[in-house]
Amino acid sequence: MNKKTVHIILIFGAIWMALPFFWMASTSLKTQDEALKFPPTIIPKNLVFSNFLEAFKQVDFTRYFINSIIMTTGAVLLVYFTTTLSAYAFARLKFPGRESLFTLFLAMMMIPMPVYLAPSYVILSKFRFIDTFFALIVPWGVNIFAIFLLRQHFKTLPQELFDAAKIDGLNHWQIIRYIVIPLSKPIIVTIGIFEIITNWNSFLWPLIVTHSDSMRTIQTGLAYFAQAESTNYPLLCAASTFTILPLIILYFFVQGQIMESYARSGLKE
Amino acid sequence: MTTSYIGVSLFVHKRYDNVAYLFLLPALIIILIFRFYPIIQAIGMSFYNWSIAGPLKFIWFKNYYRLFIDPKFYQSLLNTFWYVLGVVPLSIILSIVIAYFLNQKIKGQGIYRTIYYLPVVTSIVAISVVWRWIFNPDRGIFNAIFNLFGMEGLKWLNDSRGVFELLFNTELSGFFAGPSIALCCLMIMAVWYNLGYCIIICLAGLQNIPAQYYEAARIDGAKGWQLFWNITIPILSPTIFYLLITQSIIAFNTFTPVYVMTQPPGGPLGTTSLLVYYLYEQSFRLWNLGYANAIAFIVFVIIFTLTKFQQGFLEQRIYYE
Repeated sequence: MNKKTVHIILIFGAIWMALPFFWMASTSLKTQDEALKFPPTIIPKNLVFSNFLEAFKQVDFTRYFINSIIMTTGAVLLVYFTTTLSAYAFARLKFPGRESLFTLFLAMMMIPMPVYLAPSYVILSKFRFIDTFFALIVPWGVNIFAIFLLRQHFKTLPQELFDAAKIDGLNHWQIIRYIVIPLSKPIIVTIGIFEIITNWNSFLWPLIVTHSDSMRTIQTGLAYFAQAESTNYPLLCAASTFTILPLIILYFFVQGQIMESYARSGLKE
Repeated sequence: MTTSYIGVSLFVHKRYDNVAYLFLLPALIIILIFRFYPIIQAIGMSFYNWSIAGPLKFIWFKNYYRLFIDPKFYQSLLNTFWYVLGVVPLSIILSIVIAYFLNQKIKGQGIYRTIYYLPVVTSIVAISVVWRWIFNPDRGIFNAIFNLFGMEGLKWLNDSRGVFELLFNTELSGFFAGPSIALCCLMIMAVWYNLGYCIIICLAGLQNIPAQYYEAARIDGAKGWQLFWNITIPILSPTIFYLLITQSIIAFNTFTPVYVMTQPPGGPLGTTSLLVYYLYEQSFRLWNLGYANAIAFIVFVIIFTLTKFQQGFLEQRIYYE
Protein backbone atom coordinates (compact mmCIF):
# COMPACT_ATOMS: atom_id res chain seq x y z
CA MET A 1 0.00 0.00 0.00
CA ASN A 2 1.50 3.34 -0.96
CA LYS A 3 2.00 6.30 1.36
CA LYS A 4 -0.81 8.34 -0.19
CA THR A 5 -3.49 5.74 0.58
CA VAL A 6 -2.19 5.43 4.12
CA HIS A 7 -2.42 9.18 4.58
CA ILE A 8 -5.93 9.37 3.13
CA ILE A 9 -7.20 6.65 5.48
CA LEU A 10 -5.46 8.22 8.48
CA ILE A 11 -6.81 11.68 7.66
CA PHE A 12 -10.37 10.37 7.37
CA GLY A 13 -9.93 8.62 10.69
CA ALA A 14 -8.50 11.75 12.28
CA ILE A 15 -11.43 13.85 11.07
CA TRP A 16 -13.83 11.31 12.56
CA MET A 17 -11.93 11.31 15.86
CA ALA A 18 -11.70 15.11 16.02
CA LEU A 19 -15.30 15.77 14.95
CA PRO A 20 -16.91 15.66 18.43
CA PHE A 21 -14.20 17.90 19.88
CA PHE A 22 -14.49 20.37 17.04
CA TRP A 23 -18.28 20.36 17.22
CA MET A 24 -18.19 20.88 20.97
CA ALA A 25 -15.83 23.86 20.70
CA SER A 26 -17.75 25.34 17.77
CA THR A 27 -21.14 25.08 19.48
CA SER A 28 -19.80 26.48 22.73
CA LEU A 29 -18.90 29.71 20.90
CA LYS A 30 -22.30 30.17 19.23
CA THR A 31 -25.35 32.08 20.38
CA GLN A 32 -28.42 30.00 21.17
CA ASP A 33 -30.07 31.32 17.98
CA GLU A 34 -27.20 30.35 15.76
CA ALA A 35 -26.93 26.90 17.36
CA LEU A 36 -30.56 26.21 16.48
CA LYS A 37 -30.07 27.01 12.79
CA PHE A 38 -30.55 24.10 10.46
CA PRO A 39 -28.48 23.27 8.49
CA PRO A 40 -25.93 24.38 11.09
CA THR A 41 -23.05 26.76 10.51
CA ILE A 42 -19.71 24.96 10.74
CA ILE A 43 -17.79 27.89 12.23
CA PRO A 44 -19.68 30.44 14.38
CA LYS A 45 -20.40 33.76 12.61
CA ASN A 46 -19.46 35.86 15.62
CA LEU A 47 -17.59 34.18 18.41
CA VAL A 48 -19.31 34.64 21.75
CA PHE A 49 -17.56 33.66 24.95
CA SER A 50 -20.47 34.49 27.22
CA ASN A 51 -21.64 30.84 27.33
CA PHE A 52 -18.73 29.97 29.59
CA LEU A 53 -19.59 32.67 32.11
CA GLU A 54 -23.30 31.93 31.81
CA ALA A 55 -22.77 28.24 32.63
CA PHE A 56 -20.88 29.22 35.77
CA LYS A 57 -23.76 31.49 36.74
CA GLN A 58 -26.49 28.90 36.20
CA VAL A 59 -25.04 26.25 38.49
CA ASP A 60 -22.18 26.32 40.96
CA PHE A 61 -19.40 24.94 38.74
CA THR A 62 -16.77 26.67 40.90
CA ARG A 63 -17.84 24.49 43.82
CA TYR A 64 -17.88 21.36 41.59
CA PHE A 65 -14.35 22.15 40.38
CA ILE A 66 -13.09 22.59 43.93
CA ASN A 67 -14.75 19.33 45.00
CA SER A 68 -13.18 17.42 42.11
CA ILE A 69 -9.77 18.90 42.89
CA ILE A 70 -10.08 17.90 46.56
CA MET A 71 -11.28 14.42 45.64
CA THR A 72 -8.52 13.86 43.07
CA THR A 73 -5.75 15.20 45.30
CA GLY A 74 -6.97 13.19 48.28
CA ALA A 75 -7.22 9.99 46.27
CA VAL A 76 -3.77 10.39 44.74
CA LEU A 77 -2.13 10.99 48.12
CA LEU A 78 -3.99 8.17 49.84
CA VAL A 79 -3.22 5.73 47.02
CA TYR A 80 0.46 6.68 47.12
CA PHE A 81 0.51 6.09 50.87
CA THR A 82 -1.27 2.72 50.89
CA THR A 83 0.25 1.24 47.73
CA THR A 84 3.88 2.16 48.40
CA LEU A 85 3.77 0.71 51.90
CA SER A 86 2.01 -2.51 50.95
CA ALA A 87 4.06 -3.02 47.78
CA TYR A 88 7.22 -2.62 49.86
CA ALA A 89 5.95 -5.14 52.39
CA PHE A 90 5.02 -7.65 49.68
CA ALA A 91 8.26 -7.22 47.77
CA ARG A 92 10.98 -6.84 50.39
CA LEU A 93 9.75 -8.08 53.74
CA LYS A 94 9.33 -11.62 55.03
CA PHE A 95 6.30 -12.46 57.11
CA PRO A 96 3.91 -15.36 57.57
CA GLY A 97 0.91 -15.22 55.24
CA ARG A 98 2.58 -13.02 52.64
CA GLU A 99 1.60 -15.07 49.61
CA SER A 100 -1.97 -15.71 50.73
CA LEU A 101 -2.53 -12.04 51.53
CA PHE A 102 -1.21 -11.06 48.12
CA THR A 103 -3.53 -13.60 46.50
CA LEU A 104 -6.43 -12.09 48.43
CA PHE A 105 -5.51 -8.63 47.13
CA LEU A 106 -5.36 -9.88 43.54
CA ALA A 107 -8.66 -11.71 43.90
CA MET A 108 -10.34 -8.48 44.99
CA MET A 109 -9.17 -6.95 41.70
CA MET A 110 -11.32 -9.48 39.79
CA ILE A 111 -14.59 -8.22 41.29
CA PRO A 112 -16.38 -5.82 38.95
CA MET A 113 -17.38 -2.51 40.49
CA PRO A 114 -21.17 -2.84 40.04
CA VAL A 115 -21.22 -5.80 42.43
CA TYR A 116 -20.28 -3.76 45.46
CA LEU A 117 -22.18 -0.56 44.68
CA ALA A 118 -25.28 -1.24 46.77
CA PRO A 119 -23.55 -2.86 49.78
CA SER A 120 -20.94 -0.08 49.90
CA TYR A 121 -23.72 2.46 49.91
CA VAL A 122 -25.38 0.69 52.82
CA ILE A 123 -22.13 0.58 54.81
CA LEU A 124 -21.37 4.25 54.16
CA SER A 125 -24.86 5.34 55.12
CA LYS A 126 -24.79 3.26 58.32
CA PHE A 127 -21.78 5.28 59.47
CA ARG A 128 -23.30 8.53 58.12
CA PHE A 129 -20.54 9.03 55.58
CA ILE A 130 -22.89 9.62 52.64
CA ASP A 131 -22.36 13.08 51.18
CA THR A 132 -18.85 13.54 52.58
CA PHE A 133 -15.37 13.66 51.08
CA PHE A 134 -14.64 10.53 53.08
CA ALA A 135 -17.14 8.62 50.93
CA LEU A 136 -15.66 10.07 47.74
CA ILE A 137 -12.02 9.37 48.56
CA VAL A 138 -11.41 6.58 51.06
CA PRO A 139 -13.20 3.61 49.37
CA TRP A 140 -10.90 4.20 46.33
CA GLY A 141 -7.82 4.76 48.47
CA VAL A 142 -6.22 1.49 47.36
CA ASN A 143 -5.21 0.68 43.81
CA ILE A 144 -4.48 -3.02 43.69
CA PHE A 145 -3.08 -2.90 40.19
CA ALA A 146 -0.66 -0.20 41.35
CA ILE A 147 0.43 -2.41 44.26
CA PHE A 148 1.06 -5.15 41.73
CA LEU A 149 3.11 -2.86 39.44
CA LEU A 150 5.17 -1.44 42.31
CA ARG A 151 5.79 -4.85 43.85
CA GLN A 152 7.19 -6.14 40.57
CA HIS A 153 9.47 -3.14 40.38
CA PHE A 154 10.63 -3.23 44.02
CA LYS A 155 11.61 -6.85 43.55
CA THR A 156 14.08 -5.90 40.84
CA LEU A 157 16.03 -3.51 43.09
CA PRO A 158 19.40 -5.02 44.12
CA GLN A 159 19.59 -6.52 47.62
CA GLU A 160 23.02 -4.89 48.24
CA LEU A 161 21.31 -1.52 48.33
CA PHE A 162 19.08 -2.58 51.19
CA ASP A 163 21.86 -4.25 53.11
CA ALA A 164 24.01 -1.14 52.84
CA ALA A 165 21.13 1.03 54.00
CA LYS A 166 20.58 -1.16 57.03
CA ILE A 167 24.25 -0.99 57.95
CA ASP A 168 24.02 2.77 57.73
CA GLY A 169 21.24 2.51 60.28
CA LEU A 170 18.27 3.43 58.11
CA ASN A 171 14.91 2.08 59.21
CA HIS A 172 12.21 0.90 56.82
CA TRP A 173 10.56 4.30 56.55
CA GLN A 174 13.84 5.91 55.63
CA ILE A 175 14.66 3.17 53.15
CA ILE A 176 11.35 3.74 51.42
CA ARG A 177 11.75 7.48 51.41
CA TYR A 178 15.42 7.84 50.42
CA ILE A 179 16.08 4.73 48.36
CA VAL A 180 12.98 2.99 47.07
CA ILE A 181 10.91 5.99 45.98
CA PRO A 182 13.72 7.85 44.16
CA LEU A 183 14.49 4.65 42.24
CA SER A 184 10.85 4.12 41.20
CA LYS A 185 9.99 7.50 39.76
CA PRO A 186 8.64 6.38 36.35
CA ILE A 187 6.18 3.93 37.92
CA ILE A 188 5.14 6.40 40.59
CA VAL A 189 4.42 8.96 37.88
CA THR A 190 2.44 6.31 35.97
CA ILE A 191 0.30 5.60 39.03
CA GLY A 192 -0.23 9.30 39.62
CA ILE A 193 -1.41 9.82 36.04
CA PHE A 194 -3.83 6.88 36.25
CA GLU A 195 -5.24 8.12 39.52
CA ILE A 196 -5.68 11.69 38.28
CA ILE A 197 -7.47 10.58 35.09
CA THR A 198 -9.66 8.02 36.87
CA ASN A 199 -10.70 10.31 39.71
CA TRP A 200 -11.27 13.41 37.64
CA ASN A 201 -13.49 11.41 35.27
CA SER A 202 -15.21 9.13 37.78
CA PHE A 203 -18.97 9.42 37.62
CA LEU A 204 -21.00 6.48 38.92
CA TRP A 205 -19.44 6.47 42.39
CA PRO A 206 -19.90 10.22 43.13
CA LEU A 207 -23.41 9.96 41.70
CA ILE A 208 -24.29 7.35 44.30
CA VAL A 209 -22.49 8.55 47.43
CA THR A 210 -23.33 12.27 47.22
CA HIS A 211 -26.76 13.89 47.22
CA SER A 212 -26.45 17.58 47.99
CA ASP A 213 -25.58 20.20 45.40
CA SER A 214 -22.57 21.42 47.39
CA MET A 215 -20.96 17.96 47.26
CA ARG A 216 -21.28 17.44 43.49
CA THR A 217 -18.07 16.75 41.60
CA ILE A 218 -17.45 18.23 38.18
CA GLN A 219 -18.79 15.09 36.44
CA THR A 220 -22.00 14.69 38.43
CA GLY A 221 -22.43 18.47 38.23
CA LEU A 222 -22.18 18.36 34.45
CA ALA A 223 -24.64 15.45 34.24
CA TYR A 224 -27.05 17.38 36.45
CA PHE A 225 -26.62 20.47 34.27
CA ALA A 226 -27.22 18.36 31.15
CA GLN A 227 -30.60 17.32 32.55
CA ALA A 228 -31.57 20.78 33.82
CA GLU A 229 -30.60 22.58 30.61
CA SER A 230 -31.33 19.69 28.29
CA THR A 231 -31.75 21.79 25.13
CA ASN A 232 -29.39 24.74 25.56
CA TYR A 233 -26.50 23.19 23.70
CA PRO A 234 -24.18 26.22 23.57
CA LEU A 235 -24.22 26.25 27.36
CA LEU A 236 -23.85 22.48 27.62
CA CYS A 237 -20.95 22.44 25.16
CA ALA A 238 -19.25 25.27 27.06
CA ALA A 239 -19.63 23.29 30.30
CA SER A 240 -18.35 20.11 28.62
CA THR A 241 -15.35 22.04 27.30
CA PHE A 242 -14.20 23.30 30.67
CA THR A 243 -14.87 19.89 32.24
CA ILE A 244 -12.38 18.16 29.96
CA LEU A 245 -9.97 21.10 29.69
CA PRO A 246 -7.76 20.38 32.75
CA LEU A 247 -6.91 16.87 31.54
CA ILE A 248 -6.49 18.03 27.93
CA ILE A 249 -3.94 20.58 29.14
CA LEU A 250 -2.20 17.87 31.16
CA TYR A 251 -2.29 15.68 28.04
CA PHE A 252 -0.53 18.27 25.90
CA PHE A 253 2.21 18.70 28.48
CA VAL A 254 2.93 15.05 29.28
CA GLN A 255 1.49 13.19 26.29
CA GLY A 256 4.50 10.90 25.95
CA GLN A 257 4.39 9.99 29.62
CA ILE A 258 0.64 9.28 29.54
CA MET A 259 0.88 7.06 26.46
CA GLU A 260 3.80 5.18 27.92
CA SER A 261 1.80 4.60 31.11
CA TYR A 262 -1.14 3.16 29.20
CA ALA A 263 1.09 1.04 27.00
CA ARG A 264 2.81 -0.32 30.08
CA SER A 265 -0.51 -1.16 31.71
CA GLY A 266 -1.30 -3.38 28.72
CA LEU A 267 1.77 -5.53 29.14
CA LYS A 268 0.74 -7.72 32.00
CA GLU A 269 3.24 -9.75 34.02
CA MET B 1 31.43 -6.79 48.30
CA THR B 2 32.22 -6.93 51.99
CA THR B 3 29.24 -4.79 52.96
CA SER B 4 26.80 -7.16 51.37
CA TYR B 5 28.48 -10.09 53.08
CA ILE B 6 28.30 -8.42 56.47
CA GLY B 7 24.78 -7.29 55.69
CA VAL B 8 23.62 -10.80 55.01
CA SER B 9 25.23 -12.23 58.10
CA LEU B 10 23.87 -9.46 60.29
CA PHE B 11 20.29 -9.62 59.20
CA VAL B 12 19.68 -13.14 58.07
CA HIS B 13 19.08 -14.42 61.60
CA LYS B 14 16.02 -12.22 61.94
CA ARG B 15 13.45 -14.41 60.18
CA TYR B 16 10.38 -12.19 59.99
CA ASP B 17 9.78 -8.47 59.61
CA ASN B 18 6.63 -8.01 61.63
CA VAL B 19 6.55 -4.35 60.70
CA ALA B 20 5.12 -5.62 57.39
CA TYR B 21 1.70 -5.97 58.99
CA LEU B 22 1.81 -2.33 59.99
CA PHE B 23 2.70 -1.38 56.42
CA LEU B 24 -0.15 -3.48 55.05
CA LEU B 25 -2.67 -2.20 57.55
CA PRO B 26 -3.96 0.92 55.70
CA ALA B 27 -4.53 -0.98 52.44
CA LEU B 28 -5.92 -3.99 54.26
CA ILE B 29 -8.48 -1.97 56.22
CA ILE B 30 -9.78 -0.28 53.08
CA ILE B 31 -9.89 -3.56 51.13
CA LEU B 32 -11.66 -5.45 53.91
CA ILE B 33 -14.28 -2.74 54.50
CA PHE B 34 -14.90 -1.55 50.96
CA ARG B 35 -14.18 -4.65 48.86
CA PHE B 36 -14.33 -7.87 50.84
CA TYR B 37 -17.21 -7.13 53.18
CA PRO B 38 -19.46 -5.66 50.43
CA ILE B 39 -19.08 -8.84 48.37
CA ILE B 40 -20.12 -11.04 51.27
CA GLN B 41 -22.92 -8.60 51.99
CA ALA B 42 -24.00 -8.61 48.32
CA ILE B 43 -24.35 -12.38 48.27
CA GLY B 44 -26.17 -12.39 51.60
CA MET B 45 -28.51 -9.55 50.71
CA SER B 46 -29.59 -11.26 47.52
CA PHE B 47 -31.57 -13.71 49.68
CA TYR B 48 -33.48 -10.95 51.46
CA ASN B 49 -36.41 -8.78 50.60
CA TRP B 50 -34.66 -5.52 51.30
CA SER B 51 -36.07 -2.16 50.37
CA ILE B 52 -35.83 1.32 51.85
CA ALA B 53 -39.04 0.88 53.85
CA GLY B 54 -40.39 -2.25 55.53
CA PRO B 55 -38.67 -4.97 57.49
CA LEU B 56 -35.87 -7.18 56.28
CA LYS B 57 -37.19 -10.60 55.34
CA PHE B 58 -35.36 -13.76 54.39
CA ILE B 59 -36.99 -15.04 51.21
CA TRP B 60 -34.63 -17.78 50.01
CA PHE B 61 -34.26 -17.72 46.24
CA LYS B 62 -37.25 -15.53 45.46
CA ASN B 63 -35.07 -12.68 44.14
CA TYR B 64 -33.46 -15.09 41.71
CA TYR B 65 -36.83 -16.47 40.73
CA ARG B 66 -38.06 -12.94 40.11
CA LEU B 67 -34.99 -12.36 37.94
CA PHE B 68 -35.91 -15.46 35.98
CA ILE B 69 -39.33 -14.10 35.04
CA ASP B 70 -38.50 -10.38 34.76
CA PRO B 71 -38.88 -9.30 31.11
CA LYS B 72 -36.97 -6.06 31.77
CA PHE B 73 -34.01 -8.06 33.03
CA TYR B 74 -34.04 -10.15 29.87
CA GLN B 75 -34.25 -7.04 27.76
CA SER B 76 -31.22 -5.53 29.54
CA LEU B 77 -29.36 -8.80 29.15
CA LEU B 78 -30.11 -8.91 25.42
CA ASN B 79 -29.19 -5.22 25.00
CA THR B 80 -25.89 -5.83 26.77
CA PHE B 81 -25.24 -8.87 24.58
CA TRP B 82 -25.68 -6.79 21.39
CA TYR B 83 -23.67 -3.94 22.84
CA VAL B 84 -20.64 -6.08 23.71
CA LEU B 85 -20.89 -8.01 20.45
CA GLY B 86 -20.90 -4.78 18.45
CA VAL B 87 -18.45 -2.62 20.35
CA VAL B 88 -15.61 -4.99 21.21
CA PRO B 89 -14.75 -6.56 17.83
CA LEU B 90 -15.22 -3.30 15.95
CA SER B 91 -12.97 -1.34 18.34
CA ILE B 92 -10.25 -3.97 18.11
CA ILE B 93 -10.33 -4.42 14.33
CA LEU B 94 -10.30 -0.68 13.63
CA SER B 95 -7.52 -0.08 16.13
CA ILE B 96 -5.32 -2.80 14.62
CA VAL B 97 -5.70 -1.27 11.16
CA ILE B 98 -4.97 2.27 12.35
CA ALA B 99 -2.08 1.18 14.58
CA TYR B 100 -0.62 -0.74 11.62
CA PHE B 101 -0.68 2.43 9.52
CA LEU B 102 0.62 4.61 12.33
CA ASN B 103 3.54 2.23 12.81
CA GLN B 104 4.86 2.91 9.31
CA LYS B 105 7.36 5.63 8.54
CA ILE B 106 5.10 8.48 7.50
CA LYS B 107 5.04 12.22 8.00
CA GLY B 108 2.87 13.88 10.62
CA GLN B 109 2.85 10.87 12.97
CA GLY B 110 2.89 13.06 16.06
CA ILE B 111 -0.22 14.96 14.97
CA TYR B 112 -2.11 11.79 14.04
CA ARG B 113 -1.30 10.20 17.39
CA THR B 114 -2.30 13.28 19.36
CA ILE B 115 -5.72 13.29 17.69
CA TYR B 116 -6.35 9.54 17.88
CA TYR B 117 -5.34 9.30 21.55
CA LEU B 118 -7.34 12.31 22.73
CA PRO B 119 -10.46 10.39 23.96
CA VAL B 120 -8.28 8.51 26.48
CA VAL B 121 -8.19 11.50 28.83
CA THR B 122 -11.69 12.83 28.10
CA SER B 123 -14.57 12.38 30.51
CA ILE B 124 -17.38 10.14 29.30
CA VAL B 125 -19.99 12.48 30.76
CA ALA B 126 -18.77 15.46 28.73
CA ILE B 127 -18.38 13.40 25.59
CA SER B 128 -21.84 11.85 26.04
CA VAL B 129 -23.33 15.34 26.20
CA VAL B 130 -21.57 16.22 22.93
CA TRP B 131 -22.67 13.03 21.15
CA ARG B 132 -26.22 13.60 22.32
CA TRP B 133 -26.02 16.92 20.49
CA ILE B 134 -24.46 15.30 17.41
CA PHE B 135 -27.31 12.76 17.33
CA ASN B 136 -30.00 15.41 17.91
CA PRO B 137 -32.86 14.58 15.50
CA ASP B 138 -33.82 18.20 14.76
CA ARG B 139 -30.58 20.16 14.85
CA GLY B 140 -27.87 17.53 14.98
CA ILE B 141 -24.92 17.45 12.60
CA PHE B 142 -25.60 13.88 11.43
CA ASN B 143 -29.04 14.71 10.17
CA ALA B 144 -27.60 17.85 8.56
CA ILE B 145 -25.14 15.67 6.66
CA PHE B 146 -27.97 13.27 5.73
CA ASN B 147 -30.01 16.17 4.39
CA LEU B 148 -27.02 17.41 2.42
CA PHE B 149 -27.09 14.14 0.48
CA GLY B 150 -30.86 14.29 0.11
CA MET B 151 -31.54 11.54 2.62
CA GLU B 152 -34.19 11.57 5.28
CA GLY B 153 -32.86 12.13 8.79
CA LEU B 154 -33.10 9.51 11.54
CA LYS B 155 -34.43 9.92 15.05
CA TRP B 156 -31.19 8.38 16.37
CA LEU B 157 -31.31 8.22 20.18
CA ASN B 158 -35.12 8.38 20.19
CA ASP B 159 -35.56 5.52 17.76
CA SER B 160 -36.55 2.21 19.34
CA ARG B 161 -36.75 0.33 16.04
CA GLY B 162 -34.37 -2.59 15.67
CA VAL B 163 -31.50 -2.01 13.31
CA PHE B 164 -32.32 -5.15 11.31
CA GLU B 165 -35.83 -3.81 10.79
CA LEU B 166 -34.33 -0.71 9.25
CA LEU B 167 -31.80 -2.62 7.14
CA PHE B 168 -34.22 -5.19 5.75
CA ASN B 169 -37.20 -2.83 5.84
CA THR B 170 -39.52 -5.37 7.50
CA GLU B 171 -41.11 -5.73 10.88
CA LEU B 172 -39.23 -8.00 13.21
CA SER B 173 -39.47 -8.51 16.93
CA GLY B 174 -37.40 -9.49 19.93
CA PHE B 175 -34.02 -10.99 19.22
CA PHE B 176 -34.43 -10.82 15.44
CA ALA B 177 -35.00 -7.08 15.41
CA GLY B 178 -31.44 -6.64 16.61
CA PRO B 179 -30.18 -3.76 18.76
CA SER B 180 -32.33 -0.64 18.56
CA ILE B 181 -31.08 2.33 16.59
CA ALA B 182 -30.74 4.20 19.88
CA LEU B 183 -28.48 1.43 21.19
CA CYS B 184 -26.47 1.57 17.95
CA CYS B 185 -25.85 5.26 18.66
CA LEU B 186 -24.35 4.30 22.02
CA MET B 187 -22.26 1.65 20.26
CA ILE B 188 -20.95 4.16 17.71
CA MET B 189 -19.90 6.46 20.51
CA ALA B 190 -18.29 3.62 22.47
CA VAL B 191 -16.19 2.53 19.47
CA TRP B 192 -15.10 6.12 18.97
CA TYR B 193 -14.21 6.39 22.65
CA ASN B 194 -12.35 3.06 22.92
CA LEU B 195 -10.29 3.52 19.79
CA GLY B 196 -7.62 5.70 21.41
CA TYR B 197 -6.81 3.21 24.16
CA CYS B 198 -6.89 0.21 21.81
CA ILE B 199 -4.53 1.93 19.36
CA ILE B 200 -2.03 2.67 22.14
CA ILE B 201 -2.01 -0.98 23.21
CA CYS B 202 -1.81 -2.29 19.62
CA LEU B 203 0.98 0.12 18.75
CA ALA B 204 2.97 -1.00 21.79
CA GLY B 205 2.50 -4.57 20.58
CA LEU B 206 3.53 -3.71 17.01
CA GLN B 207 6.68 -1.95 18.13
CA ASN B 208 7.84 -5.15 19.80
CA ILE B 209 7.96 -6.98 16.47
CA PRO B 210 11.59 -7.15 15.33
CA ALA B 211 12.19 -5.62 11.88
CA GLN B 212 14.20 -8.69 10.87
CA TYR B 213 11.00 -10.75 10.71
CA TYR B 214 9.65 -8.52 7.99
CA GLU B 215 12.98 -8.41 6.18
CA ALA B 216 13.26 -12.19 6.20
CA ALA B 217 9.70 -12.54 4.92
CA ARG B 218 10.36 -9.99 2.17
CA ILE B 219 13.41 -11.93 1.02
CA ASP B 220 11.17 -14.97 0.79
CA GLY B 221 8.88 -12.94 -1.47
CA ALA B 222 6.03 -11.99 0.91
CA LYS B 223 4.24 -8.71 0.21
CA GLY B 224 1.82 -6.20 1.78
CA TRP B 225 -1.16 -8.12 3.09
CA GLN B 226 0.80 -11.36 3.34
CA LEU B 227 3.16 -9.66 5.78
CA PHE B 228 0.18 -8.35 7.72
CA TRP B 229 -1.62 -11.71 7.96
CA ASN B 230 1.38 -13.96 8.46
CA ILE B 231 3.61 -11.87 10.71
CA THR B 232 1.76 -8.95 12.26
CA ILE B 233 -1.46 -10.69 13.30
CA PRO B 234 0.13 -13.86 14.77
CA ILE B 235 2.67 -11.91 16.80
CA LEU B 236 0.04 -9.42 17.87
CA SER B 237 -2.32 -12.16 19.09
CA PRO B 238 -1.46 -11.87 22.83
CA THR B 239 -2.22 -8.13 22.57
CA ILE B 240 -5.50 -8.82 20.77
CA PHE B 241 -6.37 -11.39 23.41
CA TYR B 242 -5.64 -8.91 26.19
CA LEU B 243 -7.79 -6.27 24.51
CA LEU B 244 -10.61 -8.75 23.96
CA ILE B 245 -10.83 -9.48 27.68
CA THR B 246 -10.40 -5.96 29.02
CA GLN B 247 -12.68 -4.36 26.43
CA SER B 248 -15.43 -6.93 27.03
CA ILE B 249 -15.29 -6.25 30.76
CA ILE B 250 -15.39 -2.49 30.17
CA ALA B 251 -18.32 -2.88 27.76
CA PHE B 252 -20.23 -5.01 30.28
CA ASN B 253 -19.72 -2.29 32.89
CA THR B 254 -21.10 0.51 30.70
CA PHE B 255 -23.29 2.93 32.60
CA THR B 256 -22.58 6.61 31.94
CA PRO B 257 -23.68 6.94 28.27
CA VAL B 258 -27.00 5.26 29.10
CA TYR B 259 -27.55 7.68 31.95
CA VAL B 260 -26.52 10.86 30.13
CA MET B 261 -27.48 10.26 26.50
CA THR B 262 -30.87 8.58 26.52
CA GLN B 263 -34.10 10.18 27.68
CA PRO B 264 -35.63 8.73 29.77
CA PRO B 265 -32.45 6.94 30.94
CA GLY B 266 -32.65 3.42 29.56
CA GLY B 267 -33.90 4.82 26.31
CA PRO B 268 -36.97 4.55 24.18
CA LEU B 269 -38.96 1.51 25.38
CA GLY B 270 -36.02 0.37 27.49
CA THR B 271 -33.98 -0.46 24.40
CA THR B 272 -30.78 1.13 25.71
CA SER B 273 -31.05 -0.22 29.24
CA LEU B 274 -27.80 -2.11 29.80
CA LEU B 275 -27.30 -4.50 32.73
CA VAL B 276 -25.36 -2.12 34.94
CA TYR B 277 -27.87 0.63 34.28
CA TYR B 278 -30.71 -1.74 35.24
CA LEU B 279 -28.78 -2.61 38.39
CA TYR B 280 -28.45 1.10 39.19
CA GLU B 281 -32.15 1.68 38.55
CA GLN B 282 -33.21 -1.16 40.83
CA SER B 283 -30.77 -0.11 43.58
CA PHE B 284 -30.90 3.66 43.64
CA ARG B 285 -34.13 4.65 41.90
CA LEU B 286 -36.49 1.91 43.12
CA TRP B 287 -34.45 0.92 46.19
CA ASN B 288 -34.98 -2.83 45.71
CA LEU B 289 -31.60 -3.54 47.24
CA GLY B 290 -32.15 -7.27 47.70
CA TYR B 291 -33.28 -7.76 44.13
CA ALA B 292 -30.48 -5.51 42.88
CA ASN B 293 -27.93 -7.77 44.53
CA ALA B 294 -29.32 -10.77 42.70
CA ILE B 295 -28.72 -8.83 39.48
CA ALA B 296 -25.23 -7.90 40.68
CA PHE B 297 -24.49 -11.57 41.27
CA ILE B 298 -25.49 -12.40 37.69
CA VAL B 299 -23.31 -9.55 36.38
CA PHE B 300 -20.42 -10.98 38.37
CA VAL B 301 -21.00 -14.52 37.09
CA ILE B 302 -21.18 -13.35 33.47
CA ILE B 303 -17.99 -11.30 33.65
CA PHE B 304 -16.17 -14.04 35.50
CA THR B 305 -17.16 -16.86 33.13
CA LEU B 306 -16.49 -14.65 30.14
CA THR B 307 -12.94 -14.13 31.32
CA LYS B 308 -12.47 -17.84 31.98
CA PHE B 309 -14.12 -18.88 28.73
CA GLN B 310 -12.01 -16.52 26.67
CA GLN B 311 -8.91 -17.74 28.43
CA GLY B 312 -9.67 -21.39 27.85
CA PHE B 313 -10.90 -21.02 24.30
CA LEU B 314 -8.30 -18.64 22.99
CA GLU B 315 -5.16 -19.62 24.81
CA GLN B 316 -4.53 -22.64 22.60
CA ARG B 317 -4.63 -20.65 19.40
CA ILE B 318 -2.52 -17.77 20.52
CA TYR B 319 0.99 -17.36 19.33
CA TYR B 320 3.36 -16.80 22.22
CA GLU B 321 6.86 -15.73 21.43
